[in-house]
Order: sequence, then C-alpha cells, then structure tokens
Amino acid sequence: MPIVFGLLILATGGDDRNADGQRTLALLGAALGLAVAIPLWTGFDATTADMQFTEMAAWIPALEVNYHLGVDGISMPFILLNSFTTLIVILAGWQVIQNKVGQYMAAFLIQSGIINGVFAALDGVLFYVFFEAMLIPLYLIVGMWGGPNRVYAAIKFFLYTLLGSLLMLVAMIYLFFASGGSFEILTWHKIGLTMTAQTLLFVAFFFAFAVKVPMWPVHTWLPDAHVEAPTGGSVVLAAITLKVGAYGFLRFVLPIVPDASHELAGFMIFLSLVAVVYIGLVALVQADMKKLIAYSSIAHMGFVTLGFFIFNQWGMEGGLIQMISHGFISGAMFLCVGVMYDRVHSRQIADYGGVANTMPRFAAFFMLFAMANSGLPATSGFVGEFMVILGTIQVSFWYAALAATTLIFGAAYTLWMYKRVVFGKIANEHVAELTDINAREFLVLSLLAVLVLGMGVYPLPVTEVMHTSVENLLAHVAHSKLIP
Amino acid sequence: MDMKSLYLLVPMAPLAGAIIAGLFGKAIGRVGAHTITILGVAIAFIASLVIFQDVQAGHTFNGPLYTWLTSGTVSLEIGFLIDPLTTVMMLVVTFVSLCVHVYTIGYMAEDDGYQRFFSYISLFTFSMLMLVMSNNFLQLFFGWEAVGLVSYLLIGFWYTRDTAIYANLKAFLVNRVGDCGFLLGIGLVLAYFGTLDYAEVFQKAPMLVGQTVSLIEGHPWEVMTVICILLFIGAMGKSAQFPLHVWLPDSMEGPTPISALIHAATMVTAGIFMVARMSPLFELSDTALSFVMVIGAITALFMGFLGMIQNDIKRVVAYSTLSQLGYMTVALGASAYSVAIFHLMTHAFFKALLFLAAGSVIMGMHHDQDIRNMGGLRKYMPITWLTMLIGSLALIGTPGLSGFFSKDSIIEAVHASHLWGSGFAAFAVTAGVFVTAFYSFRMYFLVFHGKERFKCAHDTHDHEDDKDADAHGHHHGGHSCPHESPWVVWLPLALLAIPSIYAGWAYIQPMLYGDFFGSAIFVDPVAHPAMEELKAGFHGAGAMAMHSLTTLPLWLAVAGVGTAYFLSMVRKDLPAKIRAKAGILYTILDKKYGFDDFNDWFFAGGARFLGGRLWRWGDVAAIDGILVNGTARLVGRIAGMVRHVQSGYVYHYAFAMIIGVALMVTWFVKV
Repeated sequence: MPIVFGLLILATGGDDRNADGQRTLALLGAALGLAVAIPLWTGFDATTADMQFTEMAAWIPALEVNYHLGVDGISMPFILLNSFTTLIVILAGWQVIQNKVGQYMAAFLIQSGIINGVFAALDGVLFYVFFEAMLIPLYLIVGMWGGPNRVYAAIKFFLYTLLGSLLMLVAMIYLFFASGGSFEILTWHKIGLTMTAQTLLFVAFFFAFAVKVPMWPVHTWLPDAHVEAPTGGSVVLAAITLKVGAYGFLRFVLPIVPDASHELAGFMIFLSLVAVVYIGLVALVQADMKKLIAYSSIAHMGFVTLGFFIFNQWGMEGGLIQMISHGFISGAMFLCVGVMYDRVHSRQIADYGGVANTMPRFAAFFMLFAMANSGLPATSGFVGEFMVILGTIQVSFWYAALAATTLIFGAAYTLWMYKRVVFGKIANEHVAELTDINAREFLVLSLLAVLVLGMGVYPLPVTEVMHTSVENLLAHVAHSKLIP
Repeated sequence: MDMKSLYLLVPMAPLAGAIIAGLFGKAIGRVGAHTITILGVAIAFIASLVIFQDVQAGHTFNGPLYTWLTSGTVSLEIGFLIDPLTTVMMLVVTFVSLCVHVYTIGYMAEDDGYQRFFSYISLFTFSMLMLVMSNNFLQLFFGWEAVGLVSYLLIGFWYTRDTAIYANLKAFLVNRVGDCGFLLGIGLVLAYFGTLDYAEVFQKAPMLVGQTVSLIEGHPWEVMTVICILLFIGAMGKSAQFPLHVWLPDSMEGPTPISALIHAATMVTAGIFMVARMSPLFELSDTALSFVMVIGAITALFMGFLGMIQNDIKRVVAYSTLSQLGYMTVALGASAYSVAIFHLMTHAFFKALLFLAAGSVIMGMHHDQDIRNMGGLRKYMPITWLTMLIGSLALIGTPGLSGFFSKDSIIEAVHASHLWGSGFAAFAVTAGVFVTAFYSFRMYFLVFHGKERFKCAHDTHDHEDDKDADAHGHHHGGHSCPHESPWVVWLPLALLAIPSIYAGWAYIQPMLYGDFFGSAIFVDPVAHPAMEELKAGFHGAGAMAMHSLTTLPLWLAVAGVGTAYFLSMVRKDLPAKIRAKAGILYTILDKKYGFDDFNDWFFAGGARFLGGRLWRWGDVAAIDGILVNGTARLVGRIAGMVRHVQSGYVYHYAFAMIIGVALMVTWFVKV
C-alpha cells in the first residue's frame, strides 16, 4: 500500500517550478492513496481479531527482520483517517503555499506513506524505522514553511520525540533476545516476562509514546510546533501524528507488558486527568488561537489515554473513537484558523472580532467545529468522550467526575475564543476587509463537517470494526504473562 | 400511514424546515423561509394531535429507530417512547412553537437575520421533540444538549451586541455545569443497570434499593439517591433552579419570540419533564425528593422577590418564570409529578402569552423595554392589553383560570407532603402567591394604566427608528405613538389566551385525578400519599374554585394585586421612599443576591487566574524553562567541556587511552 505513494511522490518531488502540475499530481496521489485504502474498509472482516491484508517479505534475513504489514480493527481506521487527511491538506495548501510547491506536496505524500507504514507494521524494526522516518518530513515541513520561530520549534519537536524513541529501540532489542530472536510484534505479545523486565520495558515505551501523544508533562513541544507549523503541518500533526503515540500504547505496551500496565495504570490515569483538567485551564488563557487548539488537543488526548488504561471496552473503544474524531475536529479547527490566517496573517485572538459580519459562511462552519470540539452530542466529539466517561465511572466515580469537567472547560475555552473572534462588532479594518470562504475552502470544510456530523449521529459502523480486535486485546491484557 | 412513520414525521418536519431555511435561506427568500418552517411545525402539530388521540385510545409505543452504537453487551439506541406524558409535551411544544413562528413574522420583520432566525427556531422545535419523545437516556441527553445549543445560538442572535454574546456564553457554560452532573448520573445508570433504556431501567430500579456506594470513604450513600441527585443537577441547569439560575435573566438578551418559546414555555421545562419521566427512580429516594423540594422552594420564593424590583418588562417576566419553575420543582419534590406537568402545561400557555404580549408592547414602544417609560398603553393596544391581562390573571391564580388550578394543586400537594423540608416549601409556595401577584400587577399597572410617561407625535408615522434594534435609550420624543401590532402578532396572543383561560378546569380532573397518565408516571402511594390525599379532597373543578374563596392563597393574591395598585397607581411616591428606607435589602435584591458578581469573580476569574498560573509557572517556567531548555543548556555545557578533550593532539589521546587501560585493568583484576 504505502509503496503506491512512494512512487508517485518521487515523480513529483524531483522538479521544482511547475507548480500547477505538481499540485494536480499531488492531489491525484492523495486521491489514489485514499482510493487504495478504501478496500481495507469495505473488505474488512470484522469478525476476527487476526491481522488482515498481510504482506510479508524478508528484509534483513540475518536478523529475522521482515517487511511484514497487516491491519486489524484497531489500526485500519487510522490508515483511512491518514489517507483522508492527506487529501485534505493537499487541498488546503493549494493556493497558500507558493514557494517550493513540489517539495511541500511531496513532503506530505511521503509523510502519509510513512504513517500508513507505522500503523500497518507488524515487525518491530519496521515499525521503528517508520516511526523515526515520520519525523523527517514533518521536521522539514515545520522548518521550511513554518513561522518566524520555526527552527526552535522544529528542533525542539525533533529532539523531544527522538529522545523518547531511542529508549524504544533499546526495549525492542531486549525483546528480540527475550523472544529468542524475533522482531515479530505478534510474537512479542506472547512471551512471558518478569515484573522488573516489564516495568523497564513499560518505562522505555512510555517515553517513546507519551511524548508523541503527548501526555503531560512531556507536551510542551506541541504548542510550539503547532504555532510555527504551516496550516497543513498543523493538521497532520494534530490529526495523525499524535495518534501514533496512542496507537503505540495499544500495539506495544498493553499486550507486551500487561502486568506492568496494570501496575502503573494509576499513574497513567493520573497523567491523563492532569491533561484534562490542567491543560483545560491552561488552554483557557491562551492568546494565540493555534496554541489554544494545541492545548485543547492535549486535553482531548488525555481522554484517549484515560480510556486505554481503565481496561474496559467502553474506555478502549471510546479512546479509539476519540482519536479518530479528534483527527477530524482538530484538523478542521486548524484549517479554520488557517483560513483566517491566510487573510489577516495573525493568529492572535485580539486581532479579530466580529468575523461573522464579513464571513457568515465561514462562521457557520467554525461554529460547528467549535461545538464539536466542546463535545456536543450529534458531533463526533461527543461519542468518544461519552464512552470514556461511561467506562471510567465503572472504575471510579471521581475519575469520571474529573474527566467530566471537560464538558465545562472544553466549552469554556473553545466558545470563549469563538466569541472573541467571530462574534461582536467588526473590530478593525482587517476584519472589515475579509472575504468569505471560496469554493475550495468550502469543499474542504464541508467534507470534514459531513464526517463530524455523520460520526456523531451514527457511530455504529466505526465501532463495529473495532469490537473483535478490542475484545481480543482486552482478553490479552487481562491475562497475566508474569514469569518469576 | 402507519403510526411509526407518523411519530418520525413529528420531529422530522421541523428539521426539514430548519435545514431548508438555514442552508437555502437566500434562495427561498423571507416568505419562503417562514412558509416552509411554519408548514413544518404545523405538520408536527397536526401529527401530534393525531398521535394524542391514538394514545388516548390506549396505543402507546416504545421501540427503537436505529442502533447508535454497541459496546460489549450494551447497545445504545435511538428510539421513541410515545405515552400520555410524551403526547402532552409534544402538543405543548408544537402548539407554542407554531404560535411563536407566526408571531415572528411580525416581530422580526425588519431584521436582517430573518431566515436564520426561522431556521434556528425550527431546529429548536426538532431538538425539543427528540428530547421529549426519547425512550432512553442517551437520546434524552442528545436533545438536552441540542436545545442548549440552539438556545446559545438564539440568545446570541444579535451577535454584534456585547451583552448578548456575554449572555449566551454564560448560559451555555452554566448549563454545562448542570450537564456535567447529568452525564455522571447517566454514567451511573449505565454502570448499575447495564442499559440506558427507560423501560428496563425503571423495571430494575426497585432491586437497587438499599444498595450503597461510598463516594467519600466511610460515607455510604444510597445509589438511588446519588443517581437521582446527579440527574437533578442537570435539571437545575436546564430549568434554571437555584443556584444555577443565573443564566436565565441574562438570556433575555435574545429576541422576544425565543424568550417565549425557549426560555419560558419549553426548553426550561425540560428539567421538570425529565424528573417526571424519571418518577420511578425518584420515588425510591426520599432524600433526593427532599433535595428537589428545597431547591424548588428557594427558587420559587427568592426569585420572585427579584421580580418585584425589576424595571425591564422582559426581566419581570423572566424572574416570574424562574419562580414558576420553582413551583413545578416543588411539586416534583412532593411526588405530585402530574401536578408539575399540569402546571408546566398551563404555564407554557400563559407565560408564552405574557412574553409575546411583552414583545408586542416592546414593538409598540419602539424597543424601549423600561416599564417606567410606559403607562396608559391600554387605549393604544387593546388586544395586547386584554391578552396580557388574561395572562397575568392566569399567572396569579385567579379562580377559574388555568393557573389557578395548577398552582393551587401544587400548594395543596406540598401541604400534604411529609418529607423533610416540606414545611419550608409550603411556606415558600404560599408566600410566593403574594409575591407573584405583586410583581405581575405592578408591571401591568405601570404598562397599561396611569399616565403616559412617553411623548409621542400622533400624526407622524416615521418608522426608521424601528430598525434601530440597539436602541435601549430613553428618547421619548419624536416617535410615532404606540399602536396595535399587526395581526400576525396579535393572533398568536389570542390563540394562547384561549388555553390560558380554559385549560385548567378542562383538564384538571383527568390529568391529576383520572388515569390520564396511566403508567407513564409512577407514584408510591404508601410512601408518598400526597396525591391520594388530594384526590380524596377533590370534588370537581367548580367546587375547587368555590372552595378557594375561603383559603389563604386567594386572599394573598388579592392582597398582592391591591398592594401593587396602591404603590403604582395611588401612592407613586412610596416605592422610592421604601427603597431609601430599606437600603441594604434593596441593594441585595438589586445585586440579585450577589450571584453574578461572585460567579464572575470566583469561577470565571478563578479559572483564568489558575490557568494563567499553571501556564506561566508550570508549562513555561518549570517544564520548558528548567526541564527542556535546561537540558539543552546542560548538554551544551557538557559538550563545551568535552570539546576541550577533543583537542586533536595525538599525545592527548594516547594519554587518555593509557589511563583508560589502567583503570580497566585495575577493575578486572579486582573482580
């Protein structure tokens, strides 16, 4: 699958100054990528927890490293989400990016292919390679098309995430030996480990994935990266990259070290709730719209990790739904900010006011996404939070009560921002000169709006594909694999 | 057409109207927008009538539409429960909504957001119908939040006004506080019952009696009590009960038609409806019922006090709404659910009437809402005058009118209740009668009688000032004189006046003492015999009206009207003197007991302060400043030191190697 992308990109990536052609080609590439991914959905067999659509080829035979790909009900939705998001960012960057168009588009397509690889990899080394490679296009996107402070942000982002993943590599090498010489992730799921080993592995994986999620307190790279990234970069970062970290917890941490996971669940829940409450409050005081949305992302991802570490089906499926939904909503929110930024060249809330007067159509879309971000029922934002809260309350009332404060904080920071930006009298001449969204922006935002509403009104199809895999994973986690 | 598709038609018709008017408003124009939405709501109303007849014939319905999602063994569904309680709500909602739709044609005639407004109110009607027709907690919550959303959009309808966009944010956030409790209540229901379907939950509920949960270590609480109180916290937000009442008066920033529809007749009664729907749960917890009753009593009395000193015509009606919602809540606490719903219904008619009449007055006064600037309007606006008089009389409980039957029943039910707190509640609702009569007729006299306190030119007909919706000012000269509003405005008033008069005596017998509600409302007759006692003392509507002549509430109402007349018509100088004398008391009322200031300072300010500190000290200083950049600096410094080692001189390296080898040898030898 990702190979299809790779080839297309190489063709576009080479030449430099025939922008329109490259845009079209990029669009074609993204559309094809999505088209190729759709059979994963339609042909998916939701009754089995086994890996499907597997591909296997020997890569480094000496070390038993294989090019082994496959998806289950947990990873499949993310490949679709990723392919869809790629299409959106290509469309969103259509006019805005005017220099190095080819490289820009190519970076996103390569990125997309690599991320598909992350979600589909069934071989530890392959996963690691994709996981690391993913950083490169994003680093370039932030570093080249970003804002004034982009270099600091890019390096901070790069080092932060690299630091974590090095520990993961160590963990993988340990697992290679522990499993008697295999890099197969599915084999790792089966081996018995001592408590000490499990705890150490947990810590190593934790650093790799917690930074990506990001969990408090290793989250500070995200607001900076978002602020400096171009709109498309922010969208991919929020919609996809963050999901890789959470996915890692499901694919590696929970099944490989279940006993340590149970042991440290309290710690994880604590960090998740800090993310919801602390970050919710921090988001409230942000003056920069992108920073605000970045903090809101962290709070929403807190729900994901909370859902995973309460070890029940509501929580885990809720977490997964929240990941997908957050992909749509945060992507849409960043696009909305992008739409305004393209016109006014400011992300400061104070530079706006009364946008509804000049951009009524945009205001309607922005309202929908703001409401989705506040978790309004009948939008996708509600489904995940609702499920996680339902799951959490079965474990502890007070955890759920703390998590439920997001109803208030989420609405407060999102709608307060909305009020200051969109409502009110026209604040200055920049706002007075605004033109409403054009057909391309309308298309992009409507696509997202349809998905956000569709998933809110009828989430059943999404949860159905997950059931078997999630049940299997939960059974796995409940089963101790402790060896003395 | 089979009944199931008819059920579906009821919410879908307004939804279709809302979507068409919202998305294609420009294309279909103003006439198109109001035609399509009114058509949608009219269809819903007629279908509701048919369904009402059908349910009366004994055909209730409870079934799913589609499965929303499944997880484990639980499946959450979207579905309808059609029983007498539902049909009452459906009729009230669609009827008032229809009146308000028609009224809006006149009221919003000169507004730029005409189509948008119609789209919103139809969307509201859809959401409210989904809420009342639900057969499960999930859909209830959907509707619950959706009406909150539309309320938010409509309060902030005039989005260039600072007060409006402040009020709508406040309304949404305060409601969210309630929803937080509501959601947790729903979560506990699922945790303990394993389902969110009403019928199954109600059936399993008695088995949970006696089971406890320790939310605080060592303090076991009854599960049912915890669930009921959490659910009721949701109702406190939506139905604006103390202390979550603060948003409702501010919501008057929205256009008047929605004050009538959303903030008087329907949405704010969602909480009352919800508790009545949950009667099988609330019946199991005396503690929760006492809690409900006390909260309701506080709201009923103390919000009424605030109504006595308001000068904005809409705010008087708004505080009256708060107080009446308190009455309904008290009735719920006394296990008189059917009485609460009965009052909900009559209140929907006369309060919508009062709001719409107030809107008509506001139009006549060129958007001046201050009752001190009015007076003598009776001769200019005869229909508005008459209908508002009917509404006010119904509100204060004039024997024979609708409000009398429902309110008197509440007072009697509370007196018959023996729960903790019922003594206070009985006092509050009885004293409330005087307060209600006073503020209603203070407003009535100041608006319609006495001297004209505005100046107008009789023969000019300049309307350009009408467009100036922002004009709160007190420019009394230069306007044309108030005149009766067009028929689209007064027709709804007349339509609402009819049930305000007759709905009481016509329905009290079946709704309260007959088996109208059937199994939709459950009362434990042994534990909470209030309704049984009422039934024993009831000898027909006429006898009830006659009997009231000898009871306290009626004379309190008369006293209230008399006092209002005395203070606003005879001794107009007295209120100012009283105000001066009762300095502190007046300040307390004027500041609305200080809730707004406290909330702004403590919650809004506190959250911003805390957020700012956490960000500056936590994220920026501690994590970024010390951990991240500190690490970077540390690495830089170490690298700087190590760089000296890489001098490039071979003898340096050789020397280092020798030391290294020496150390290693020493170590190996020792081991």
